[in-house]
Amino acid sequence: MDLDFSAAEDAFRAEARAWLAAHVPGTPLPSLETEQGFAAHRTWERTLSADRWSVVSWPEEYGGRGASVLEWLIFEEEYYAAGAPGRVSQNGINLLAPTLFEHGTPEQRARILPPMATGEVIWAQAWSEPEAGSDLASLRSTARRADGGWLLNGQKTWSSRAAFADRAFGLFRSDRSGVDEGRPHRGLTYLMFPLDADGVTVRPIGRLDGKPAFAELFLDDVFVPDEDVIGEPGQGWRVAMSTAGNERGLTLRSPGRFTAAADRLTRLWRDRADPSDTALRDRVADAVIGARAYQLFTYAGASRLAAGGSIGAESSMNKVYWSELDIALHETALDLLGPYGELADRADEAPEHGSWADGHTFSLAGPIYAGTNEIQRDIVAERLLGLPKGRR
Amino acid sequence: MRFLLDDEQREFARSLDALLKAADTPAVVRAWSAGDHNPGRALWGRLAEAGVFGLSVPEEHDGLGFLPVELAVAFTELGRHAVPGPLVETVAAAVLLDGLGDRHTTWLPGIASGKTVVTLRPPGDDSPYALDADMADLVLVVTGDTLRAAGSTSSVQPSADPARRLSRPTGGTVLAEGPHVRRAAEHAADVGRLATAAQALGVGRTLLDRTVAHVRERHQFGRPVGSFQAIKHRLADVLISLEFTAPLVRAAALSLASAAGDSGRDIAAAKAAAGDAVHLAARTALQCHGALGYTDELDLSLWIRKARPLRTAWGTPTACRARVLTN
Repeated sequence: MDLDFSAAEDAFRAEARAWLAAHVPGTPLPSLETEQGFAAHRTWERTLSADRWSVVSWPEEYGGRGASVLEWLIFEEEYYAAGAPGRVSQNGINLLAPTLFEHGTPEQRARILPPMATGEVIWAQAWSEPEAGSDLASLRSTARRADGGWLLNGQKTWSSRAAFADRAFGLFRSDRSGVDEGRPHRGLTYLMFPLDADGVTVRPIGRLDGKPAFAELFLDDVFVPDEDVIGEPGQGWRVAMSTAGNERGLTLRSPGRFTAAADRLTRLWRDRADPSDTALRDRVADAVIGARAYQLFTYAGASRLAAGGSIGAESSMNKVYWSELDIALHETALDLLGPYGELADRADEAPEHGSWADGHTFSLAGPIYAGTNEIQRDIVAERLLGLPKGRR
Repeated sequence: MRFLLDDEQREFARSLDALLKAADTPAVVRAWSAGDHNPGRALWGRLAEAGVFGLSVPEEHDGLGFLPVELAVAFTELGRHAVPGPLVETVAAAVLLDGLGDRHTTWLPGIASGKTVVTLRPPGDDSPYALDADMADLVLVVTGDTLRAAGSTSSVQPSADPARRLSRPTGGTVLAEGPHVRRAAEHAADVGRLATAAQALGVGRTLLDRTVAHVRERHQFGRPVGSFQAIKHRLADVLISLEFTAPLVRAAALSLASAAGDSGRDIAAAKAAAGDAVHLAARTALQCHGALGYTDELDLSLWIRKARPLRTAWGTPTACRARVLTN
C-alpha cells in the first residue's frame, strides 16, 4: 500500500501547474450564470482545449490526453488550487460524454465529442419534470415515432445551464406499455436535441441568488432525427443510469475542489479569525479533515479501478459526503467573515470577490441535485448494508 | 499509487478475525470487567503468537519491526471484537522503550512474546490515569523529561466502561531523564493515538454490523424496522462516517511508516474522525435497538460502552483538531 505518485504523474502535475499558472485569469470571470459570464466561460473552454486540458481523461482522438483516473484527479487538484474558472461544459463532459463512450455509436462520438471539448457546443441536461423529480421514471414527456426520427412533447425543468446552452439531452417516454404494467422504467428513450429547434421554448428560472442557473423547457412537436438517439429506443433508463453512476461517482465533484476550498478556508481562518474562538477552529479543522478524507477515499477508489474493480453503489456515499462537506465548509467561511459573509459577488467590498457567498448558495443545491441525498441514503442502506426495500 | 491494503495485510486481518471470533471475546470482556484477568491473559498470549505485539518491536528484540499499517489493521480487528486490556498502552510503551535505547530495550522481547503486559499514562495527555495498571507487569509514567516506573497504583477507579480499569500510578523509580525521553514519548503518543483511532474504527464497524443484523430481523407494524427510511438513513450515515474514516486511518499509518510529512497531523485527523464515527455508530446502534440496546445483558453494550472513552483517550477531539491546524 502506498500513496506515492510515479515520476510520470509528478511530471503531469508539474505540466498542468505550469500551464494553469500561465493561463488562469488573474481576476475571476463574471458569473457563469449570466449571459456575459457564460460567454467568457465558453472562451475559457476554448483556451483549455487549445492545449488539450479541457477533457484530459478522453482519448486523444477526441481532444483529450488519455489520462488515467489518477492523472485526472491530479489535474483537478491543480485546477482548483490554481483558482481556475468553473466549467461551463460540465454537464456535457461529466454526464453525456461517459454515456456516449459507453452507449454511443462511433459516428455520434466523432460528431458530438470534439465540439464539446472545445466549448463550441455547450450541453444542458433535461431529466426532471414538474411531476418527476426523485421518482424520475414517472416522467411524462413523450417521444413519438415520425418519419426518420422522433417528435418530442412535454415539459422538462431544473435544466442546468439551459438558459444559455446550445443543446440538451434527456429521457422521453416512447412506449406507454411499461407504465400500464407498473414498470415505468421500461419504454424510455435517451435523446439529444438543440435548444434553438422549432418547438422548443426555454424559460430561465432564477436560483436562490436570483441568477438564471437553470430553466424550464417546453417541447411542442420538436423533431429529433434517429441519429440523435443514444442506445436502443426504449432502453433509455439503462443508458441514463450509467450516466447517473458517473455523475454521483468520481467525476462530478472531484476532491480537488474541496482540498482547494479547505486550504482557502484555512488561510482565511489564519488571516481573520479570533484564535481564542476554538469552536470556529474545530469547524475549520473538520473541513480540512473532511476534504482530506474525501481525497483519500477517492484515491482508494481510483486504486480499485486501476486494479480492475468498479465503482458501484459506493458513489452514493460520495454524493452525500461531498455535498454535506461543501455546505459545512462554506457555512464556516461565512460565519468567519461575519458581516462581510453576506456580501454577494456583485458587491465591490465582498471578500475574495464574493466567492464564499456565491459558493455557499451553490453548495445548498448539492444535497438536491444529481439525486437527492435521501435517495442516495436509500441506495446506501439497501445496496451496501442490505436493508430491505420499503415504501419511500 | 495503490492505496489499498495488500493481500498479506488483508489475510492478517482475516486470521485475527477468525482467532477472535473463536475466542468468545464477550465472555472475556465480562470476566475482565469483574477483575478476572485469566481469560484475557490467555487471549493476550494468542494475540502475541499471531504477531500483534511484535508490530512495534524491532526484529533485533524479537519483534517484527515497526509496522504501523499492520498495527492499524490489527487494532481495527481488536476493536471489532472488543478485546479488553492495555493493548494500545503496551504497543505505545514498546515504542517509548525502544526510543530510549540501551538497557530499556530489555523489556521488548517480553512485550513481543506476550509475556509482559505494560501500561502507561498517555504521554502529553491530561489524564492522570493508567489503564489496567492493576494487572500490568510494568507501569510507566512520563512527566516532562522524566520516565518513571510506578511503584504502586491507587485503587481502581471504575470507568463507565467496566472493562477499562483505571488507576493513578504513584511513586517508583526514575528510569530515564533528558530531552530524549520527551521525544520518545511524543513518538509513542503518536503510535498510541493511531492505534486508538484504528480500534475505534473497529468498534464502530461492529456496532453497525450488529445493528444492521438487528433491524433486518426486528419486525414492527408487520415489517422489518430496517425497511423504514428513518432507520435506513441513520445507518447509511454511520456507514458513510466509517468508510470515510478508514482511509484517514490507513493514510496516517502510512505517514508514520514513511516518517515523511507531518505524521502527527495525519494521525490527529484520523483520531478526530474516528472519534466522531464511533460515537455516531454507538448512538445510532443504541437508538435502533430501542430498549434492548439499553441493557447490560445484550453484548452490544460491550461495544457501546467502549465508544465514548475511545473518543477521548489518547487525544481529545479538541486536541486533535487543534493539532490538525498546527503548522
